[in-house]
Amino acid sequence: MKLRKIALLIVVTLCALLLAGCGSDKPADEPAVTDVPAVTEETAMPEATTVPAQTGKVVNVYNWEDYIDPAVITLFEQEYGIKVNYMCFTTVEDMIVQVEANPGAFDVCFPSDYIIERMIAGNMLREINFENVPNAAQTIPYLQNPAYDPENKYSVPYMWGTVGILYNKTMIPDPVQSWSILWDTQYQKQVFMLDSIRDSMGVTLKYLGYDLNTTNVPELMAAKEKLIEQKKSGVVKAYQVDETKDKMVAGEAALAVMWSGDAMYAIDLNENLDYFVPAEGSNVWVDGAVIPATAKNPENAELFINFLCRPEIARMNCEYICYSTPNQGAIDLMGEEYTANHVQNPDQAVLDKCQFFHDISPDFLPVYEAMWMEVKNTK
Amino acid sequence: MRSDMSLPWWAWAAMGVGLVAFAAMVGVTIRRNRGIHRSLFASPYTLWMIIFTVVPVILIGYYAFTDANGAFTLDNFKNFWDSNFNANKSILAAGEAVGQDYSAYITRGTVNVDTLVYSLWMAFLCTVICLLLGYPAALIMADRKMKLGPTLVVLFIIPMWMNFLLRTIAWMSLLEDSGLINTFLKWLGFEGVQLMYNSEAVLLGMVYNFLPFMVFPIYTALSKMDFRLSEAAADLGCNSWQTLYKVTMPLSIPGIVSGITMVFMPSVTTFFIPRVLGGGNTMMFGDLIEAKFLTEGNWNVGSALSLIMMLLILVSLSILRKADPNGEGGGIA
Amino acid sequence: MMKWLKKCYLALVLIFLYVPIIVLIVQSFNAGKSRAKWEGFSLRWYIELFQDERTLQALFVTLSIAVLAMIVSTVLGTLAAIGIHAMKKRPQALMMTLTNLPNTMPDIVTGISLMLLFIFTKVERGYVTMLLAHITFDTPYVILSVLPKLKQMNRHTYEAALDLGATPMYALFHVIIPQCKQGIITGAMLAFTLSLDDFTISYFTTSPLVQNLSTLIYSSARKGIDPSLNALSALMFVALLVLLLIVNRRTAEDK
Repeated sequence: MKLRKIALLIVVTLCALLLAGCGSDKPADEPAVTDVPAVTEETAMPEATTVPAQTGKVVNVYNWEDYIDPAVITLFEQEYGIKVNYMCFTTVEDMIVQVEANPGAFDVCFPSDYIIERMIAGNMLREINFENVPNAAQTIPYLQNPAYDPENKYSVPYMWGTVGILYNKTMIPDPVQSWSILWDTQYQKQVFMLDSIRDSMGVTLKYLGYDLNTTNVPELMAAKEKLIEQKKSGVVKAYQVDETKDKMVAGEAALAVMWSGDAMYAIDLNENLDYFVPAEGSNVWVDGAVIPATAKNPENAELFINFLCRPEIARMNCEYICYSTPNQGAIDLMGEEYTANHVQNPDQAVLDKCQFFHDISPDFLPVYEAMWMEVKNTK
Repeated sequence: MRSDMSLPWWAWAAMGVGLVAFAAMVGVTIRRNRGIHRSLFASPYTLWMIIFTVVPVILIGYYAFTDANGAFTLDNFKNFWDSNFNANKSILAAGEAVGQDYSAYITRGTVNVDTLVYSLWMAFLCTVICLLLGYPAALIMADRKMKLGPTLVVLFIIPMWMNFLLRTIAWMSLLEDSGLINTFLKWLGFEGVQLMYNSEAVLLGMVYNFLPFMVFPIYTALSKMDFRLSEAAADLGCNSWQTLYKVTMPLSIPGIVSGITMVFMPSVTTFFIPRVLGGGNTMMFGDLIEAKFLTEGNWNVGSALSLIMMLLILVSLSILRKADPNGEGGGIA
Repeated sequence: MMKWLKKCYLALVLIFLYVPIIVLIVQSFNAGKSRAKWEGFSLRWYIELFQDERTLQALFVTLSIAVLAMIVSTVLGTLAAIGIHAMKKRPQALMMTLTNLPNTMPDIVTGISLMLLFIFTKVERGYVTMLLAHITFDTPYVILSVLPKLKQMNRHTYEAALDLGATPMYALFHVIIPQCKQGIITGAMLAFTLSLDDFTISYFTTSPLVQNLSTLIYSSARKGIDPSLNALSALMFVALLVLLLIVNRRTAEDK
């Protein structure tokens, strides 16, 4: 009896191993030692061992988590008969690592502005054939030929927004429209900061009146001291990214540094919240659609991007995600509802004071990183 | 992240030699015993562990001692001591570029060392609390008069079936300013208290997650104990405290040792919990390692930090082993 | 009095362990999306759960990997434990160090080191690599559960079986394995639990194409945790509880 049980166990195991082996269509066991000769000539490595070969009627999309209306994917699949493999990332750093580690796995990605700049510099992107993306002409003038892609060759803006302050009107009825409010000691344990190097440093640099992308050491030192002072004074409740908006909805704190789209999401759920971009100016950012140089289905990728730029589709996404749309057609469709919204559609006067991020060179980035670590380490 | 993901040829050669040596050892054992000795049952596992544990650790070592171009260097360890090591180089270079002397901005960064000390302290507190909470619980469950003992032990493992991330997030909804505990306090007419975003909350999360690991081994050790010993002690005039202190405790030391190991080690490297319950106000060594690998993409320094961490854990383990020379506490069953 | 105190203490510790789980389960019945506000009872998230392909796929990945890793690591670990037990002192000590090594490594280091291995050997990360990683961290736990049972066993029973004409294989299945059955079951359960609960190592050894529940939860944290994940956990929890009760009832009957 017992022997039978064990025999069964072994059979099941073998089946499972076989299944796992078949599922991956190549030998997965003991990869470490058998590949010895192949390594000296990297080019000789068979393609199949690096990428899930998804060619033909598919497009592999790699986007931020929850950053598209799911209905859009269905509509695209129905209209073109192309299967969309939709994958998600949570940070751009993650995305860039994955794109490098899995060449050919992605046809469309949605990095932020300064990452696009970095990818262009690293020859990681493919030029988009704009003849196949006529709808890109819908892009609002403000975002045409942006600083991160000056000749507008590699990217099509997908969503954009500002960084500002989300506040609770019941706790602070009439806030000073300045970053200085984040240093005001009367708001003890009432401030959520972003747990992100560039954003938190950027906010402080803007508060001090410096350039958002400065590599001037004395200026950066001043910003670091300011952040340490803020932490020591006890106004900061937490440094976080993802959790903030839900917490602001729940009324956990009075003030939070936040991206405009997240702010819009929170305001929709709690009418006591409001958002402003401080008078000193801020960061304006864009997430753009790009095609990695290694993409296997660039034509399908262009079809997909063109589809996203269709006014009705851009509108669907805009209403689902709550961020600002770069698509003039979509703006026209939404009309007053969109243009009167100061969060989604900031005044040109506000935008004039805002800057894009530029990629900090890898030689200088350690300075930013070390400073941020020091801030985080302050007790 | 380095773009060329390849090892030098000698690394592959060494791995090949290792494999041949392993096969030879298996062969020799078969010949010497004229057949399949039982110890050979361990060979598939040995091979598995060599490929999936030893080789990866060697890879980490390789990274820790090389720079971004693959050349040998000790800079990554200097980076541990002085977290501003790379930044200072950039600052000086920037100063030269603008023709100014920036040496006034050069300081030693203590972030890594501070974080390590803080993590060790937190792990120590967590272990002590788990021991204080878990020992009595294990003692009660191991009591022969407690008929439900074995069932209760299972009750300790069940919470682990709920996803770790979700469990931690659930604590957040309890501890928040607008969370359940505060709502309850306010309903009773008390002032709300800030329970979250501090080290205490992180500690609570750690104790919560690691307590079962303390209870199991102690329970095992206690239930294996010969109960007649404590009866004898009672017959010889010990009161129940004396029996506990003089007989039961010393006999459960193997369980305590393995409990301490199983709680201490994961505590030092906790990540995620400080971020969720501590609101990112404090960093633990696990967060630091993660930041090096994922946010900064500096795999070399990340590997060096990992190596230091492992070394430290091995040292503390060997000290602990002194208390339990037979290694009997290894059992969790 | 003392007995009552003891029971109270145990109850308190267990309440501490179960409070967040109860909170999770209650939240899964909340009509609203927010964690903070109770907006009435509803089964909305349970319905959404069964319509969400991504979550169901993650559930499949999690469960299948937990089961496969449990089976493989139990076989591998039990064999290894028997082998290690039969070894001479020196190699035994070496093997124990090897077994304890992964336990002494922080999860994050294990995950990253495996990721390095897969990247260097150009093995595409995904389902198989995640499974391999899970087997790797599960097996030592199986060994650590089986080994003490072997040590408790009388060495001579095995030899007696051989003397009485049993082949080594027969003796293995009829003498050794039945005696450490308890340890094997514990090890298997532990392996299953660890695999089910793992986040860190899975996170580093899979690609965005193949997600288990943990990595899905981690990545969906950006837009706030989807309450249907709470619903899923609640369901899984109850299912496993029922399974455990059945197994317990069975083993009780066997006795």
